[in-house]
Amino acid sequence: MDSMISSPAARQFLQGAKDGLPFHIVIWPFAAIFGAIATQAGLNVVEVMGFSILVIAGSAQLAALQLMTENAPTVIVLATALAVNLRMGMYSASITPHLGKASLLTRAFAAYMLYDQPYALSTIKFEKEPDMNLSEKLGYFFGTAIPIGVAWYALTLIGALLGERIPSDIGVDFAVPITFLAVVAPMLKTLAHMASALTSVVLVLVLSFMPYGTGLLVAACVALVVGAQIEVWMEKRKDAA
Amino acid sequence: MIEASTTEIWIVILGMAAGTFLIRFSFLGLVGDRPLPAWLLRLLRYTPVAVLPAVVAPMLLGAKAETDPLRLFCAAVTIIVGVWTKNVLWAILTGLGLFFGLGAFLG
Repeated sequence: MDSMISSPAARQFLQGAKDGLPFHIVIWPFAAIFGAIATQAGLNVVEVMGFSILVIAGSAQLAALQLMTENAPTVIVLATALAVNLRMGMYSASITPHLGKASLLTRAFAAYMLYDQPYALSTIKFEKEPDMNLSEKLGYFFGTAIPIGVAWYALTLIGALLGERIPSDIGVDFAVPITFLAVVAPMLKTLAHMASALTSVVLVLVLSFMPYGTGLLVAACVALVVGAQIEVWMEKRKDAA
Repeated sequence: MIEASTTEIWIVILGMAAGTFLIRFSFLGLVGDRPLPAWLLRLLRYTPVAVLPAVVAPMLLGAKAETDPLRLFCAAVTIIVGVWTKNVLWAILTGLGLFFGLGAFLG
């Protein structure tokens, strides 16, 4: 055990698990509520757990559940839920420079767990400590991802078994945006980052008429360009000065 | 209540599982360790600040969101504490503590 802890990758795993702790405040009730309302909507425990173990994407699962209770056609349910997850394609691209050298199987496992929290925490960490090697980066990533994933399964199951004894109106819907804001705020360290975030907010609201949340993708892509372009301008100004 | 058949439910679950995995695997799986051009790396560094605000904004400010002054206040404090302390944990604890604390206090 001691030799395991002293390996750099294992240390990073523990660090990642520790950095992921604040997110458990949100993940636990969120998962339990998903389990509870899915059961109340008429899904059996195996189906509920199928969602949380195979899909493992909270907001998409809730979106699918909502549409299924409205008896939307299966194709629409799938299209909408997958559109909610398309942002994760951007995460995949963004984390590739860090984890791309891992074996195919490891990358597949990392992809399975590439949800918002491990992605955001790992990006912050890898930018802050660019000297980390691949095994340390993998250690950190899985340290953030695995405990959150396990908590997601376990609390979904508890929610499904307790059903309506779980109060679903305790303000957890607000806890999700709070954690995302808490992740983004420390990243707003340059004019380029602030402009990118602001572009993203304004555009997503303006484009809210677009179907299946596609406005989010357009807003995010434009915001990427705005951030990168301002960074280029700032560098040119600095060089000129 | 969900009226879909068991088959339809499993089509949704398995379809979402496969689709979500392919979305997450896309670049990580196919690009792997091939080097990406510098301009693309520069763009990708802005991914978190470009995506997460677009996820959050409709929840707080969108047409369907209930514009609750308490929520907006707590969201603003979370951003300020996050920018100021550069610490995710402090920002979460302050935002949620305020929300549930003030919520209980104000009824």
